[in-house]
Amino acid sequence: MQAPHVPILVLAFVVTLALGSISLFVGVSDVSLPALLSGTANGRAVEVLLISRIPRTLALVLSGASMAIAGLVMQMVVRNRFVEPSTTGTSESAALGFLVVTLVAPGWPLMAKMAVSAVFALAGTALFLRILRAVPLRDVLLVPLVGIMLGGIIGALTAFIAYRANLMASLLAWTMGDFSGVIRGRYELLWIGLACCAAAYVAADRFTVAGMGKDFTTNLGLNHKRVMTLGLVIVSLVSAVVLVSVGSIPFLGLIVPNIVSLTVGDNMRRSVPWVAVGGAAMVLICDIAGRLIRFPYEIPISVVMGVTGAAIFLYLLLRTPRHAS
Amino acid sequence: MPADQNIASMGGTRLSLRWSRPALVLAGLTVLALASIVLFMTLGAKGSWSFVLTFRGKKLLSLLLVAYSVAVSTVLFQTVTNNRILTPSIMGFDALYVLVNTAIVFFLGVGALTAIDSQVQFLMQVLIMVGFSSVLFRWLFLGEERSLHLLVLVGIIFGILFRSLSQLMQRMLDPGAFNVLQDTMFASFATTDPTLLGVSGVIVAAVTLVGWRMMHSFDVLSLGRAHAINLGVDYKRTVAIILVLVAVLVSVSTALVGPVTFFGLLVATLAHSLVGNSKHRYVLPAAVLLGIVALVGGQTLLERLFAFDTALSIIIEFLGGVVFIILVLKRSAR
Repeated sequence: MQAPHVPILVLAFVVTLALGSISLFVGVSDVSLPALLSGTANGRAVEVLLISRIPRTLALVLSGASMAIAGLVMQMVVRNRFVEPSTTGTSESAALGFLVVTLVAPGWPLMAKMAVSAVFALAGTALFLRILRAVPLRDVLLVPLVGIMLGGIIGALTAFIAYRANLMASLLAWTMGDFSGVIRGRYELLWIGLACCAAAYVAADRFTVAGMGKDFTTNLGLNHKRVMTLGLVIVSLVSAVVLVSVGSIPFLGLIVPNIVSLTVGDNMRRSVPWVAVGGAAMVLICDIAGRLIRFPYEIPISVVMGVTGAAIFLYLLLRTPRHAS
Repeated sequence: MPADQNIASMGGTRLSLRWSRPALVLAGLTVLALASIVLFMTLGAKGSWSFVLTFRGKKLLSLLLVAYSVAVSTVLFQTVTNNRILTPSIMGFDALYVLVNTAIVFFLGVGALTAIDSQVQFLMQVLIMVGFSSVLFRWLFLGEERSLHLLVLVGIIFGILFRSLSQLMQRMLDPGAFNVLQDTMFASFATTDPTLLGVSGVIVAAVTLVGWRMMHSFDVLSLGRAHAINLGVDYKRTVAIILVLVAVLVSVSTALVGPVTFFGLLVATLAHSLVGNSKHRYVLPAAVLLGIVALVGGQTLLERLFAFDTALSIIIEFLGGVVFIILVLKRSAR
């Protein structure tokens, strides 16, 4: 049953790899194969490749894959198709945490700041789940609606603090996903995202079971609460890591798993590789497009993602009228 | 629930000499609104009165126009869509206005903006906005029956789409053109755009005149589509006219202070719960007065007492978000 998908998955992987190599060669500075091979006297092309292009491409692949996986895990744990870090208040809480730690302890290393941001993200998500529990009748669409609003409230709080502390410009930079600033030494935290993806793959079966409800999970002898916590920790860590390194990327975690589940189905063990590859490809395409549309200037990925992501989300929402309740 | 209440209160005429609750509420709000206006004009004034009064007077006028447009457009929109959660700004109409503006500069060039008189240009933008928003509204509301949650979610995502598209176009403009666009478009409560005061005033007056003559059909419309048609309202025509009014008012307020997502929801919700019934001749003025108290009073408080200048919109977004979640949760708990 799994067999027919494998060749296509390999194909998708190859396509993503090709996109990655395109990303290596797109930019203002001339980094082309001839320039690299000719070994010109100053070796500038090699330098640009090593310091800027390779880190940027790695950052794209890592954050794309891990954000998409975070969305998938979140959808399993919350049991709703339309949630992801930016529709549950998670990303906004991470930004609040990062702002608070920047104000209180500006001297801390980035790793510690990221950890604080992740704790805030976890707390924000927990608050979201707490509010959801207060709703007796759970409409599929009510969940993301409440999440977006909660995100708005937390965002307003963050904006207010940033405004009082004269940090509005920094806040804008964090919330706006942009890969143009990625160079060697400024993206390595994103490897944590890869670790989270691996954890999600290992625990995939548990999440699939948890996606079927609390009673079913308990009946199969799993600790439902522990699976939930693991999922939320993965989601919070990924959101914080991506936010701190490149800024938030809206909708990615929502559209990629949804498109994958339309074709591959809901068994998480099978969909994890698809979602990871799809997320990486999506981010690569959007970033390359952002670099090319207004060459030699760049358009931040959060803008490109905002347009494509919102359009695809609308399509998913209005696709069939079966959501009418 | 509101339908039964309406029919009941429309049938029986009240002949008591005591002030009714809506009248009391309106009187109280009028006093509050006047007090905030007086404080806004006088508090902390130094130097020549003629300068202070004209300087603050312009700002006051824009705030009044915004309060009026947002309150009236929100209440009317809620009447047409027959619910208390959707508002034009939640459905992304503000963002649509910004998008229309950006698209004009993007496709026609800055020349188009600077060559035409700013008031004529504003009228053009309003016209385009009316066209686009009617298409969007018709597609979402007058086609198949959709659930309220779907509509709200779709509206919010449309808002994000419009905002992202505007950002994309703004990034693709050259910096000079972007500056011109920013000057004409992005105002806030603290720095309103005074050049459009005159034309906005005329537009709002015209809208009011049209709305005034239709006042009687608003109450009938709020009973829902079936009741309204049954009671002899030309449903399609009335809804079309109201939509045009709403689009015009949204354009006016967005041009003056920029997009504010939750202000309308806040004001309309409070007005409904204070007045206690859904008759438009009470709810509309109550919403307008509340808008004035919130904007003028809030701005005075923040500027003079706390010395925050541009924070009012952030506070309104925060409160509005909380009210929205409560409304949605209450609705689904029922």
